[in-house]
Amino acid sequence: MHDRQYEKDVAITGIGQSEVGRPSTLSGMRLTLDACLEAINDAGLRKEDIDGIACWPGDNNNGDSFSPVGPLALKNALGLEVNWFGGGYEGPGPLTGLINGAMAIASGMCRHVLVFRTITESSTRQHNKQASALSNKTLGRDSSFAWQWYTPFNVLSAANLMAIYAQRHFHDYGTTSEQLAQIALTCRRNAQRNPKAIYRSPMSMDDYMQSRMISTPLRMFDCDVHCDASTAIILSRRDVAKDCRNPPIRIEAIGAALNQPWSWDQISLTEGAAFDVGRMMWSRTDLKPKDVGSAQLYDGFSILTMIWLEALGLCPKGESGRFVEGGQRIALDGELPINTNGGQLSGGRTHGLGYVHEACLQLWNKAEGRQIADHQVAVTAAGGGPLGGSLLLVRD
Amino acid sequence: MPRKLPALTADNHSFWQGGRNGELLIHRCEACKRYFHPPSPICPTCTSFEVAPQRVSGKGVIASFTINHQPWTPELAAPFVIAIVELQEQKDLRFVTNIEDTPPEQVHIGMKVRVRFQQEDDVWLPLFVKD
Ligand SMILES: [Zn+2]
Repeated sequence: MHDRQYEKDVAITGIGQSEVGRPSTLSGMRLTLDACLEAINDAGLRKEDIDGIACWPGDNNNGDSFSPVGPLALKNALGLEVNWFGGGYEGPGPLTGLINGAMAIASGMCRHVLVFRTITESSTRQHNKQASALSNKTLGRDSSFAWQWYTPFNVLSAANLMAIYAQRHFHDYGTTSEQLAQIALTCRRNAQRNPKAIYRSPMSMDDYMQSRMISTPLRMFDCDVHCDASTAIILSRRDVAKDCRNPPIRIEAIGAALNQPWSWDQISLTEGAAFDVGRMMWSRTDLKPKDVGSAQLYDGFSILTMIWLEALGLCPKGESGRFVEGGQRIALDGELPINTNGGQLSGGRTHGLGYVHEACLQLWNKAEGRQIADHQVAVTAAGGGPLGGSLLLVRD
Repeated sequence: MPRKLPALTADNHSFWQGGRNGELLIHRCEACKRYFHPPSPICPTCTSFEVAPQRVSGKGVIASFTINHQPWTPELAAPFVIAIVELQEQKDLRFVTNIEDTPPEQVHIGMKVRVRFQQEDDVWLPLFVKD
């Protein structure tokens, strides 16, 4: 057991998001500033109150479209004076910025940490069709820690590896394409109620089944849609959070564990990091999966949402296909609404923080046309394969 | 089809060049006798440095696979199979590869396969065919 659960000292007090463009005409920095200033204002703070900055993955590829703005550039642009800042890819997935920021607060270094994530893959893909998280960054021979084991076999997209996980899920549990489709169809229905979503036209099961096969069994509509956007979250020390404008959303528990190799093919094909993450998160709280009122679960690829449903105990292992069948359970008025803003599949690949932004909107009853029933507990999770992190959020 | 090749290092060259002699070489720990992959100077199970590449049978089964249809580059227009093959020597001893010479629609989880090397420059890629 854990002696001290540091995350309980931390709350979310403000959120912000830029326009979500496909593409946007704004620069990555401008998108970032729009999101961050909105978040600071939403919390009722001034920029002078911010004393920490966290970001995943940071400016780790010299500003390429997967993450064009890191903490260094943002610090200078906003003239922030900070006690701590940090960014980098090597952490527990797209929620790493929040997990690190919470540690900076709990350790006593910071009072208000600005966490952000910017992505401009849509505008970059106007002139480079291969721009993506995994378009191989190495020139010449591949010397990357992980990708050298896959690129020689023409694994040129994460889609191939997620498809391998999906195929195994189908094989082991009898999951079907019609079941998997419910993730995409649910996201599309939700996106129709989100003015910022990229894809808002209706989608039928026929539309899904007829969409282009990318890598069996994953079709085009199983893959998220690139966009240009920035999302920002303000984390505050719990005792000062009560003075902010919004009712604080406490971080009740964090999941960040990885008890397997950091690898896309040595890790469990049906569990990834997600099950390690889920076990850790639930070990740090008295709440139970049945207490969750909404789930914002990573859908970079639809199969990952299914794996997160199981990993977080929201349905039994191997049962996600039957759980989502028909779509009623996971609809806005269902027993467990998921990806209520359209997720990344239809809302846009904001890549991680978008789930937390939406969870907060729902907990604060600010989600307007897509607002679900009042609830106090939400779970967010992001990542696939060896990437994984989760947050259990509570509005008291 | 065109391939981006790995940079060879002191740790990984046995895996990528064993095919020169028709050998699939996988690191094995002398202390605990476990194979492991990717290769490394230390055994991840028992932290022994007594590790060395060892020839394995080159036979295994498909743990999972996908048929890629998306032409990520113009040269990759035809569907091809990416698989994770589990070697018969040890449970979960596996790596990503391609399945060659088999109609993609006949590939399935559990299918028995054997290695077939394909030389590209100074790398011998361990590809697999139906056994
Ligand atoms: Zn050993």
